[in-house]
Amino acid sequence: MSSAQIEIQLIASIVAVACAIPGTFLVLRKMAMISDAISHSILPGIVIGFFITQDLNSPLLILLAALTGIITVVLVEYIQKTGLVKEDTAIGLVFPALFSIGVIMIAKNANDVHLDVDAVLLGELAFAPFDRLLIAGTDVGPKSLWVVGVILLITITLLILFFKELKVSTFDKGLAASLGFSPAIIHYGLMSVSSVTTVGAFDAVGAILVVALMIAPAATAYLLTTDLKKMLALAICFGIFSAIFGYWVAHWLDASIAGSITTVLGLVFLLVYLFAPSKGIIAVMYREKQQQTEVSLLTFLLHLKNHDELEERHVNHLNEHINWQKVRAKTVLDLAQKNNMIHIEKNIVSLTKKGDEFTSKAIDYIITNEDAQIEDMKDDFFLFRG
Amino acid sequence: MDITEYIELVFTDYTLRTITLGTAILGAVTGMLGSFAVLRKQSLLGDAISHAALPGIAIAFLITGAKDSNTLLLGALVSGLVGTFWIRGIITKTHLKSDTALGLILSLFFGFGMLLLTFIQKQPNANQAGLDKYLFGQAATLVESDVWMMAIVTGLCLIVMLTFWKEFKILLFDADYTKTLGFNTKIIDILITTFIVLAIVLGLQTVGVVLMSAMLLAPAAAARQWTNSLSVMVFLAAIFGAFSGVFGTAISASQNNLSTGPVIVLVAAVFVVFSFIFSPSRGLLFKQIRFIKNRRDLELHKTLAFMHHIAETHEDISHPHAIKLLNNFQGYTKNTLRKLVEKDYVQLQGNMWSLTKVGFETAANLYTKQITEDE
Repeated sequence: MSSAQIEIQLIASIVAVACAIPGTFLVLRKMAMISDAISHSILPGIVIGFFITQDLNSPLLILLAALTGIITVVLVEYIQKTGLVKEDTAIGLVFPALFSIGVIMIAKNANDVHLDVDAVLLGELAFAPFDRLLIAGTDVGPKSLWVVGVILLITITLLILFFKELKVSTFDKGLAASLGFSPAIIHYGLMSVSSVTTVGAFDAVGAILVVALMIAPAATAYLLTTDLKKMLALAICFGIFSAIFGYWVAHWLDASIAGSITTVLGLVFLLVYLFAPSKGIIAVMYREKQQQTEVSLLTFLLHLKNHDELEERHVNHLNEHINWQKVRAKTVLDLAQKNNMIHIEKNIVSLTKKGDEFTSKAIDYIITNEDAQIEDMKDDFFLFRG
Repeated sequence: MDITEYIELVFTDYTLRTITLGTAILGAVTGMLGSFAVLRKQSLLGDAISHAALPGIAIAFLITGAKDSNTLLLGALVSGLVGTFWIRGIITKTHLKSDTALGLILSLFFGFGMLLLTFIQKQPNANQAGLDKYLFGQAATLVESDVWMMAIVTGLCLIVMLTFWKEFKILLFDADYTKTLGFNTKIIDILITTFIVLAIVLGLQTVGVVLMSAMLLAPAAAARQWTNSLSVMVFLAAIFGAFSGVFGTAISASQNNLSTGPVIVLVAAVFVVFSFIFSPSRGLLFKQIRFIKNRRDLELHKTLAFMHHIAETHEDISHPHAIKLLNNFQGYTKNTLRKLVEKDYVQLQGNMWSLTKVGFETAANLYTKQITEDE
């Protein structure tokens, strides 16, 4: 590995961490699309900043662009407050307009601006190590490394200082307000951090992929845990893993680094989405199937309890009567038998004592309709689940 | 170049005519379908779909190796649909919310698309140039066959929309009721979504991935301000969209270095701002005017009530009182007094005022009967 390669991976990892932290909160606050809006609408800010400073890494440019990001948030909230359109429409109206202004400003000054829309949107990490920061003539590393490093440092400091406030205001705005810290300040604080991070990172990974780095690790982590600290840690891990692994994929395919980092993020998300222990698609589908069988079982037991007549309880009669297909009827019958809820004598099904007790409780549950109760009941009575 | 000259040019110049027609049709169809997206609260779906279409374009190119725009758009359509249904899967099957799902699919698909595009660019012998026009769109690359394609899709879209108008409408406003009526909501839903994806994909070549969502939203959001009827809204949105296309093309054609996509979006944004401000029933301007008017009415009533309060203490209700008495009172201004006189509630004699009989009665009934019919 050459030193340039190490530097690229270092920058990518730092960007990933710097994005994952505000991203986690954005996902939890259901404001993920705001990051998309910010990442687009900072373009005019960047262009104006670039006119003034002629340097993509200058702090002034980052501040200006971050300001545009906050203006976007304020505009979106203003439009939302008028009640003329819904929130998501407000987002969708504001950022393309600002982005268009940015594109037009670049196009009109194409001759004197060394700035390319492609570069802003997509970034190019491969060139990052060539832009060195010189302090008193000594080379102290690539400029963007310093920029994202400082941003990460600020983000982490703010996170540690205001962790409690962030946590409370994310999960319970009312409580936060009544405890005395203004949700508005925390909201705009988070928006500012997101804007600054977006601007700082766009140079490295491009505006659209910043969104990926913000949302994807957080969303993936959210599928695995419901603990905020664990979620943050997981998001950071996913971010760093994708950054480094993505770099090598890009190296191998000779393609865009940012693109392959995102692709790796996507693959990680896909894997977790499918296989996450309790919230993955497969787990959810399995659980749904289980619940379906258990509900059928309940229906079946109720039917038994309601009918004393022998012909109503004959095994063959059941699938005709409750209108189940053979396979399903058999699954339910087996499950009931395994759990000692019924016993079958000469093809006549009847409830056992345990089955009877369960059914009575189930009727109670149906009348009171408390969701939590049924799961406890199932835990108490079931030896085997559906 | 003045306007008449430009209009003449639109009819005579092949390129300009094609582009104007293309953007107009595009604006109309996206406006039409955008109305449904906006009302279904799926405004940002357009943004996600347009980004999600990118890998489809790249894959279609990788498979066929041809740059035929119809094949590429087919790829875009497929990957847009995959993205849409994945978004739906994430929302229904996990506890991730719709904004996260949208942002996720948007950025992940786009990133994957970028990976493929850069990969294609590095391939030897590929005539890949021009694939990146789908990023920002280049209306200038529209040819007559593209316009025909758009026209056909728009026609198809119109036919389907008119046939299933009732179903679309009822699903839009009351999904549960639709289900109880026995309609297959899933199929109607898929039909609408598919057409929205189709419209987005059509626009990619003209305005590009990034700005496509605005084409979908802006005309519909503008049209929404003028009406509460779905059919009028769809119609207006189509007109706004078409005009955005035509004006946008005209403005970008009359200047150097102006790409069409962003200009169209800005024109559409102007429509939105105009509608937000000047729409008679919902617009901010008239809302403010109504607000001020209401406040004035309230002040008038307050003054009248105050006068009534004073007059009550006298046996003779028309006993004159000094105007000075009113000075400390908030609701009182010279204007309100004049208005009260105009309405014959109050009589003025020099520095004195007195309630008339009508005025006294109105004031007495002000709060009991809550008479608000006067302006």
